Amino acid sequence: MNAARYTSEEMMTIAAARTLRNGAVCFVGIGLPSTAANLARLTHAPDVVLIYESGPIGARPPILPLSIGDSHLAETADTVVSTPEVFRYWLQGGHVDVGFLGAAQIDRFANINTTVIGDYAHPKVRLPGAGGASEISSNAKEVLLIVRQTRQSFVEKLDFLTSVGFLTGGDSRQRAGLRGGGPSAVISDLCILRPDPIDRELRVVSLHPGLSRERILDNTGWRIRFADDCCETAPPSGMELEILRDLHRRTRAVHGCVGDIA
Amino acid sequence: MAIWMSLSEAVAAFVQDGLCVALEGFTHLIPFAAGHEIIRQGRRDLALVRMTPDLIYDQMIGAGCAASLTFSWGGNPGIGSLHRFRDAVEHGWPAPLAIRERSHSDLSNAWVAGAANLPFAVLRGYTGSDLRRVNPQIRTIQCPFTGEELAATPAVRPDVSIIHAQKADARGNVLLWGILGVQKEAVLAAKHAIVTVEERVVALDAPPNACVLPAWVIDAVCLVPGGAAPSYAHGYYTRDNAFYRRWDRISRRRETFQTWLREHILSTSDFADYLRVLNSSRQEIPQ
Repeated sequence: MNAARYTSEEMMTIAAARTLRNGAVCFVGIGLPSTAANLARLTHAPDVVLIYESGPIGARPPILPLSIGDSHLAETADTVVSTPEVFRYWLQGGHVDVGFLGAAQIDRFANINTTVIGDYAHPKVRLPGAGGASEISSNAKEVLLIVRQTRQSFVEKLDFLTSVGFLTGGDSRQRAGLRGGGPSAVISDLCILRPDPIDRELRVVSLHPGLSRERILDNTGWRIRFADDCCETAPPSGMELEILRDLHRRTRAVHGCVGDIA
Repeated sequence: MAIWMSLSEAVAAFVQDGLCVALEGFTHLIPFAAGHEIIRQGRRDLALVRMTPDLIYDQMIGAGCAASLTFSWGGNPGIGSLHRFRDAVEHGWPAPLAIRERSHSDLSNAWVAGAANLPFAVLRGYTGSDLRRVNPQIRTIQCPFTGEELAATPAVRPDVSIIHAQKADARGNVLLWGILGVQKEAVLAAKHAIVTVEERVVALDAPPNACVLPAWVIDAVCLVPGGAAPSYAHGYYTRDNAFYRRWDRISRRRETFQTWLREHILSTSDFADYLRVLNSSRQEIPQ
């Protein structure tokens, strides 16, 4: 049987969805994280609890939300609480297992930037800002990051540290008094990375099918390291692709676009 | 005590140049009609507050209403950048915009502190973040009981808060539902509150625990059907996603933005007139 054809974007979304375990309480960012989290919910993780910062808890949107406060989220949620309540009781209160976030820039310790490219006072590109990410990254028990991998996004030094990963590595995150465990995986369109248990620097643990180490090195702004047992990511299954594409089709029919641009 | 009046009367009465003004609504129930009226009346030097500036503050910033902006996420949801906001930050057009940038968790806590008549909010946040470096209002405080270091930020206490809601009764009691964001806190934290509503009803028929804002915490109630468009009003109309996409093209260049502003806001008499012009321009421009 011929392998199914798929895009690197689909591989990234599917690999990210697989990392979310069934039953987890997941605080979801809009865009790619929301796509991956909903794909997880529609495949292996039917009991995942999705929380969006606009207030829906236990949302089961039939299509991908275009904005963080779409009516589909409110209509399908177990309950809808106010925004202060989401952040105060549910996130800071310690009820979130997994924060699922995207970023414009990421460094070797999985600290992320969603604020500016260039100087803060005179930016080259002004990005949207922190939103919920800075406190999701510090308070969730674990964080998953989904980021397209290029030399512009995987950088030696962030232009701005919006939300913390492992700060300067080692036990620096713990010493800073951060309660959540920090990033457990970074999923890109090229590979999967996990922090080393000791120095906390990201290591490539899995290359997406057909991609070489050189390709990863060429698309990373620092001398990236590979885990000793680095393997190949399982390609998307026919079912995963079908469910993801169907989700995009339904979303496009309603919104006119796919819902994971931001 | 709430007084029923037109939106133009309410803006003229409560929104003066130089005041601190918040138009809240988290994706849902964004008070677009009120923002347009502030532009129409030519307000200047406003200290704007809003968690998610969205298109409404993009329009107000581009129209020259704002001197500063306190915010926590400034984008066009699902589309990309707010081009007028970026032009103001990156190039000072049409006027320099001072930004006081915070996080969602902080600003929602700061709204709660404002509503609770406290001077500051306290939260577990900002540890390790550069936001602390660029916003001197983000400080730390030591817990007097455990010694833990926590973030402390000033409460939000606007001169005027404006929200949009689904219903109000004849006395001006307001009911809203769906995604509530920080609207209740915004009304309670402000010196004055204006509420625009979809519908004026005889009785709210609100169940216990519903989000009802009593008339005596509101100054003005204005009937503005469709007043949250192109955002949505749960139970009334859906989000006009096509307009959010169109805004990306309208706002990208100063000239197209200024033409849009002149034709849709400055040359229209009120929100109903704006909707009429918008609908006719929609037929001319292919989506």
